Amino acid sequence: MIRSNDILGLIHSNAYDDCLAELTNMRTMGSVPFGGRYRLIDFTLSNMVNAGIGKVGVLTKSNYQSLMDHLGTGRAWDLARKHGGMYLLPPFLLGESGSFDNRIEAIKGNMNFIERSDEEYVLMSDCNVVMNFSAADFVAFHEKSGADISILAKRGKVPAVKNTLVFSCGEGGRVTSAVFGSAGDEGLFSANIYFMKKALLERLINDAAAMKKKSFEEDLILENIGSLKIFAMEHQGFAYAIDSLKTYYEANMALLEAENAHDLFTSKRPIYTKVRDDMPALYGIESSVENCLVSDGCVIKGTVENCILARGVTVEKGAVVRNSVIMQDSFIGVGAHVENVIFDKSVVLKPGKTLCGAEGFPVFVGKGIVI
Amino acid sequence: MSKKTECIAMLLAGGQGSRLGILTKNIAKPAVPYGGKYRIIDFPLSNCVNSGIYTVGVLTQYQPLELNDYIGNGAAWDLDRESGGVHILSPYQQIKGSEWYKGTANAIYQNINFIDRYDPEYVCILSGDHIYKMDYSKMLAYHKEKNAACTIAMLEVPWEEASRFGLMMVDDNGAITAFEEKPKEPHSNKASMGVYVFTWSKLREYLLADEADENSSNDFGKDLIPAMHQAGERLFAYQFDGYWKDVGTIDSLWESNLDLLRPSVDLDLSDPSWRIYSKTAAAPPHYISAKAKVQNSMVTEGCSIAGNVDYSVLFAKVKVEEGAVVDSSIIMPGTVIKKGAVVQYAIVAENAVIEPGAVVGEKPENTPNREEWGVAVVGAGVRVGRGARVAPKAMVGEDVPAVSAEEEAK
Repeated sequence: MIRSNDILGLIHSNAYDDCLAELTNMRTMGSVPFGGRYRLIDFTLSNMVNAGIGKVGVLTKSNYQSLMDHLGTGRAWDLARKHGGMYLLPPFLLGESGSFDNRIEAIKGNMNFIERSDEEYVLMSDCNVVMNFSAADFVAFHEKSGADISILAKRGKVPAVKNTLVFSCGEGGRVTSAVFGSAGDEGLFSANIYFMKKALLERLINDAAAMKKKSFEEDLILENIGSLKIFAMEHQGFAYAIDSLKTYYEANMALLEAENAHDLFTSKRPIYTKVRDDMPALYGIESSVENCLVSDGCVIKGTVENCILARGVTVEKGAVVRNSVIMQDSFIGVGAHVENVIFDKSVVLKPGKTLCGAEGFPVFVGKGIVI
Repeated sequence: MSKKTECIAMLLAGGQGSRLGILTKNIAKPAVPYGGKYRIIDFPLSNCVNSGIYTVGVLTQYQPLELNDYIGNGAAWDLDRESGGVHILSPYQQIKGSEWYKGTANAIYQNINFIDRYDPEYVCILSGDHIYKMDYSKMLAYHKEKNAACTIAMLEVPWEEASRFGLMMVDDNGAITAFEEKPKEPHSNKASMGVYVFTWSKLREYLLADEADENSSNDFGKDLIPAMHQAGERLFAYQFDGYWKDVGTIDSLWESNLDLLRPSVDLDLSDPSWRIYSKTAAAPPHYISAKAKVQNSMVTEGCSIAGNVDYSVLFAKVKVEEGAVVDSSIIMPGTVIKKGAVVQYAIVAENAVIEPGAVVGEKPENTPNREEWGVAVVGAGVRVGRGARVAPKAMVGEDVPAVSAEEEAK
C-alpha cells in the first residue's frame, strides 16, 4: 500500500510557456489566471493536496515573481508546514551552468532537493492541463498494475503541445507503443502527469543527463517502452489541455457548461486558491447577466452575456460585454461595448469605446492597458 | 509572560442574542452570517487587525462550537502569530469553584490573568454584535491625548431613536458629564457604541472593586462605568461618524444586510485599505444562467442562479432554481430554493431547502394589517415542503410539511 505521505509532488510551473506567449510574457504557465478566480497551478496543487500529498516542489525557470506572489507560503493549500510543505525551486545557477531549457535539465538542476526528500514515490505534473483528478485513484492504478511508470492520459484531440505522446495500450493500460501525436489527431494523449518511484526518476534523469539527452518524452519514456513497465491511465472527466490562446479561451468558456463546471469543481475535491477577501459580487439595478461565471468583488451595472469574470471586475452602466474572458480588476466604462475579447488583469476600457474580436478568435489585451 | 504589548483587545462574544430567535439556536450571535460571506465577528476582528491590534481575547460562553471552529487559529485575519494573536477565552474552573461569565465586567474580571500576561497599557473592550468599520488606533490616540481613564465611542443617533440606546452628555472638551440608560425622554442623542478603551491599571482596579460589590450586576454599562464616573475618573467620549448598526434583532439584521445594496449607505466593503476578512469556503465563481434575472443584489462565490433575484443578499453556495423568486431577502450559505418557490421579505438560514411552489414571507403591501407584517425567518436545515406557506413575521425552526394540491384548492 502506497501511503500518501510517502509521495513527493513535483510541478513544472514553466512548461509550455511559449504556447501562451501573450499570457506568459510576464508570468509562468502556472500563474496564468483561469476560470475567474484561479491560476492554472491551483488545479495541479489541489489535486496533489487532495490526495494527501504533503510535500511539493514547484520548479520554476523564469518570470516567477507572479507565481511566488500567488503561492506565498503555500498556506491556501495547507502547505505552509514545518515538515514538508511547499518548496519553490528557482533555477540553481552555479558557475558556467545556465538556466535549463528542457525537462531533464529542470529535474537535474533540482536533484539535490529530490534526493534529500525521504519520500519513496514521486508524482510529477505540469500546469497546462486543467482537470480535477483523483491522484489517489491514479496511485492505486499504479500499484495494482505493477507499473514502473504510470502516466495519466486523456482520450481526445491531441493538443498542439510539442512532444505530446500518444499511446497504444494493451491489457490493463500497458503502453505497447507510443508516437508523437500531431495536433488535432484523435488519440489517447499524455497529460504529462507521471507517477513512479523516486529512485527510478533519479536514475533515469542522472543517466540521461550524463548522456546529454534532451527530451524526457523521447529519451526516457519512448525509449523505455520495451524495457520498463509503462502504463497509461485514462482520465474520464473534464480535462482541457491548453496549447494556445484559442484553447485557453475555449477552456474558460467550457466552464459555462454545467457538466464541466460540476466535474472540475466537485465538492469531493475542492480547488484551492489564494484568498483575496473581496466582498461578494454586487449587481446594480439595471444589470442584466446571462450565462456567466462571476467572481467575488465584481460590480456589474451593465449587460454581461457568456463571460467569465474574474475577481474585482467592474462593468459600468450601459456597457455590454459578450463572449469574453475578463481577468481581475479590469474595468469596462459606461456605455462601452466588448465582444470576443480576453482582457488580462487591470485592463481599462474607457467609456463609450468598442472592441470586438471575431467569434472563436478573441482579441487579447495585455495587462494594465488603457483603451 | 509574553512581551509587553501596548494595547490588547477583549471581544465579548458570549452573548446568546435571544432576540434573533432560531438564528442563534445553535450558534452564538457573533457567528451569525452577514453580508454574503462574513459573520458579524469579522467586523470587530478585522477592525482590530486593521487598527494594528494583534492580540485579541475572544470571550465565548453561549454555543461556542461553531464560533471556535470559525476563528480557528485566526489565520483568516492574520491573527495566527508567534506573539499575541487570537485567543478563545471560555469560563474555566478555579480553585474556589467555577462560574459562568455573570456579566460583561465579570467576563473581563475572570480573565485578568490573561490580560496581565501581556502587561498592556490599554485595553480595548469590544462587542461582537455590531456592523461597523472603525479605526481603534485613532480612538486610542484620542484616549492618550485626553489622558483618560476610559474613552467611550459615541455616535449621534436620530433623536426619535435615541431612547433605545445608552446615552451620554458630553461637554465641549469631550468629557462625559452624565449617563442615561435607555431613557423615555432623552436629553442627548449621543449613543454609546459599546466600544471602550480603558487604561488597564484603572480598569483592573475597578474590576476588582466591582467584583467585591455584591449588589453589582457586573456589567460595564450599568455598574463599572457609572462607578468610575462617580469616583471622578476622567471619562471621555470619542465621536465616530460612519455606519454602525446593532444587528441584534431580526429586523435590524435584515435591514443591515440590505443596506449593503444601497449606494447611499456609508459601508464600503470593497475598500482595499480596510478589508473585512473572513474565512471563505473554496467555491468556484458563481454561475448566472441564461434564464436568470439578477438585479440590485449581492451574490457570493459558489452560488448557482437560474431564477429571479431582486434586492437580496445571497451567501456562498446558494442555489436558486429556474422560476424561483427571491425578493428583498437574505439567503444564508448552502440553501436551495427550488423551482417556482417564492422567498420574499425573509431571512433563510443555512442549508435550508425551500421546495417547489412553497412561499416564504409576504410583501408588506399585500398584508392588509401592517401589524401582522414582518420579516419571515426559516431556521438552519429546515425543509419547507412543496406548496407550503410561511407567513410573514413567522419563525420556523422545524420542517414545514408539504401541502397537497387538493388542500391548496380548498
